[in-house]
Amino acid sequence: MLTFQSISKGFSGVQALQDVSFTVAAGSVHGLCGENGAGKSTLLKTLSGVHRPDSGSFQIDGRECQFKTAIDALDGGVAVIYQELNLVPEMSVAENIWLGHFSHKGPFVDFKELRAKTKESLARVGLQVDPSTRLGSLSIGQKQMVEIAKALTRNAKVIAFDEPTSSLSAREVETLFGLINELKARGMAILYVSHRMDEITTLCDACTVLRDGKHIETFATMEGVDAKTIVNRMVGRELAAAMQESDRPVGESLLELRDVSGPGLAEPVSLNVRAGEIVGIFGLIGAGRTELLKAIYLGKKGEILIGGELVRRNGAVSSIQSGLVLCPEDRKHEGIVPMLGVAENLNLSIRRSLAKFKFWIATSAEKKNAADFIAKLRIKTANPNTPISNLSGGNQQKVILARWLSERVRVILLDEPTRGIDVGSKAEIYEIVRDLAKTGIGVLFVSSELPEILALSDRVFVMSEGRITGSMPTKEATEPKLLSLALPKGGAA
Amino acid sequence: MNFKQMIAQSGMIFVFLVVVVAAYIIAPQFMSKDNMISLGLQVSSIGVVACTMLFCLAAGDFDLSVGSTFALGGMVGVLIGNSTGSLWMGVLAALGVGIVVGLINGTVVAKFKINALITTLATMQIVRGFTNILGHGTPQSAAKPGFDFLGNQTYLSIPLPIWIMVSFFIVFGILLNRTVFGRNTLAIGGNKEAALLAGIRVDRTKIAIFALSGMAAAFAGIVSASRLVVASNNAGEKLELQAISACVLGGVSLSGGIGTMSGTVVGVLIMGIVENVMRLRNIDAFYQLVVTGTILLMAVLFDRVKLKLLKQA
Repeated sequence: MLTFQSISKGFSGVQALQDVSFTVAAGSVHGLCGENGAGKSTLLKTLSGVHRPDSGSFQIDGRECQFKTAIDALDGGVAVIYQELNLVPEMSVAENIWLGHFSHKGPFVDFKELRAKTKESLARVGLQVDPSTRLGSLSIGQKQMVEIAKALTRNAKVIAFDEPTSSLSAREVETLFGLINELKARGMAILYVSHRMDEITTLCDACTVLRDGKHIETFATMEGVDAKTIVNRMVGRELAAAMQESDRPVGESLLELRDVSGPGLAEPVSLNVRAGEIVGIFGLIGAGRTELLKAIYLGKKGEILIGGELVRRNGAVSSIQSGLVLCPEDRKHEGIVPMLGVAENLNLSIRRSLAKFKFWIATSAEKKNAADFIAKLRIKTANPNTPISNLSGGNQQKVILARWLSERVRVILLDEPTRGIDVGSKAEIYEIVRDLAKTGIGVLFVSSELPEILALSDRVFVMSEGRITGSMPTKEATEPKLLSLALPKGGAA
Repeated sequence: MNFKQMIAQSGMIFVFLVVVVAAYIIAPQFMSKDNMISLGLQVSSIGVVACTMLFCLAAGDFDLSVGSTFALGGMVGVLIGNSTGSLWMGVLAALGVGIVVGLINGTVVAKFKINALITTLATMQIVRGFTNILGHGTPQSAAKPGFDFLGNQTYLSIPLPIWIMVSFFIVFGILLNRTVFGRNTLAIGGNKEAALLAGIRVDRTKIAIFALSGMAAAFAGIVSASRLVVASNNAGEKLELQAISACVLGGVSLSGGIGTMSGTVVGVLIMGIVENVMRLRNIDAFYQLVVTGTILLMAVLFDRVKLKLLKQA
């Protein structure tokens, strides 16, 4: 149905795609895997007309296609559902679905017909909301459904998903998979990009692995193909199990929370982290994990002690002064300053302490600090002044970590430290976190990936609906145990 | 470095050289020493105000009240100068009211999270109103001899306002590049959330930026009043737009995070040269507006192209 024929695409010197060929069959879900920078996104953007290939072509139903714009692609039957959805939050669901194709009587929008048509298309994706609902009030999962409904109204034959589940709840994922299987049964070709191997192995009928812009392998059937096989093809080396448990000595209680509360938390939280200990907080999206970390870092309610001393709680500045720091979840919006260079981002926090009279920038000290951490954490960057937005997600995260390690850190809070990061960098970040703990730093980290929690933490807390629902040493934890604690009791997702 | 990157990175300097050469061809007297000095005097107010406008824009804000503060600074300076008999008391008073206006702007924007555009649009009117009240709606002349010291004194045969502008360029250039305050300003404009979580005192920095902006505007106002020996209640009209235009011409991003002092200087000079040349050729002032507007539009378009080139590079 959809055939890529030796597609190549380069960006001034960097070969993002090199001679990629494979075929996606009609009525199948085709997985697309690769580390970040492997060329998945570029391939999708070539397909949807955002980029034009330097050479090669693709065919749909045997017809040669050359899309010049995203609209061309949509008209040609190709829809791409990106991670960041292209919808207008202030408009209604109906308006969003039919944007650019409003029913009209003369110059006036025919809202009646628009509404009827929308109801029909919402039914096709099984979304039960009123067409006049403001889009912004929907959950991310529902918005995705709206985007799919929109694609269907344009008679899409090929739908490509770019990491659709990265911010969905378990229930929403289930609904999405149901819909994808339905679309498949209708004979559509689905291209499915994901970092989650379990999704690839359960959902997909076939799968293609890219590495460094090159086609590595296409598995025509997923029988006998497991996550390990795919991951090995992605990284091109046997991935040493990231699961090794080191015998780290754990010291005295370091961080102590006493009745810490804040917005998004249903009840006050008390817990402690010992020196050199890695404590994981597991929970589904919306369980209040990020809110807990924010309440610790920025909030004022409750008491926090570090090493037995009461922490003055007056926003980020006083937390940092007490040695308490936070790596935020949303790297793009809360972590990096995109237009500034790697070194500037790295020194963002320590700068003031290094500066003469806290005013004149200490150029050489900053340079040294940046160079040290770039070497120590093996941050891949052309030079220290490269804009941080040119770096891969994993390297950006290392820069943020380095920003905090420059400070005199005693306790580090990590919010989804490996979100959207490729497998190779993930292992490196685990290593960095373990090394931190070895030096006696207390680590409190949030993750929605069970393997990550089990691999990294010494002790795990589970959150659900704004409260802590359980805790145990990781040795006693199993995936089903943690997951059942994390699922909301009311049943509503 | 290929040609595209060269254009993208040194683009404004290139445009500046083209403008200078074009100015010389159109009006050969452009290069004369007298004209250089008159060009300098002509941009001295915009130059000073553009320095702090650069900081506002770099932090992702605006300050529309600078034109009014410019007038208020001149008015307060002249009135206090007249009543105390001392130019310097007038200057101090002008700086004082400028800082107060800036602190109000900054506090409302940073602490109450009101959009800077709206806030300074309001204070722009309030401050202009006060200027009219103080001056009874008419220009006020400086009564004391010697009041024109700041405006008309020369050093090395160059008038003081030009020296003042140049020192502002240098001081604020250093402030932007060499101090924690300056780099934090860019970080706040680049990503406010990240700056906040990284322990930057966002509110304080913003208030300081607005205070500096008010101070600079009022100072430029008193210098201008000193040169003319009169404080006009209508002084500084459209100054805020000229300063923003100059910054944008110099590649400062309106959405914050990007800006250089060298770019701003070039922007100020380009604006000044165009006006200067048209004056030398006796072209009607009405046409000047059309030309400066067109240049601004082209600068913004050029900026787009530049970003595209940089992305490809």
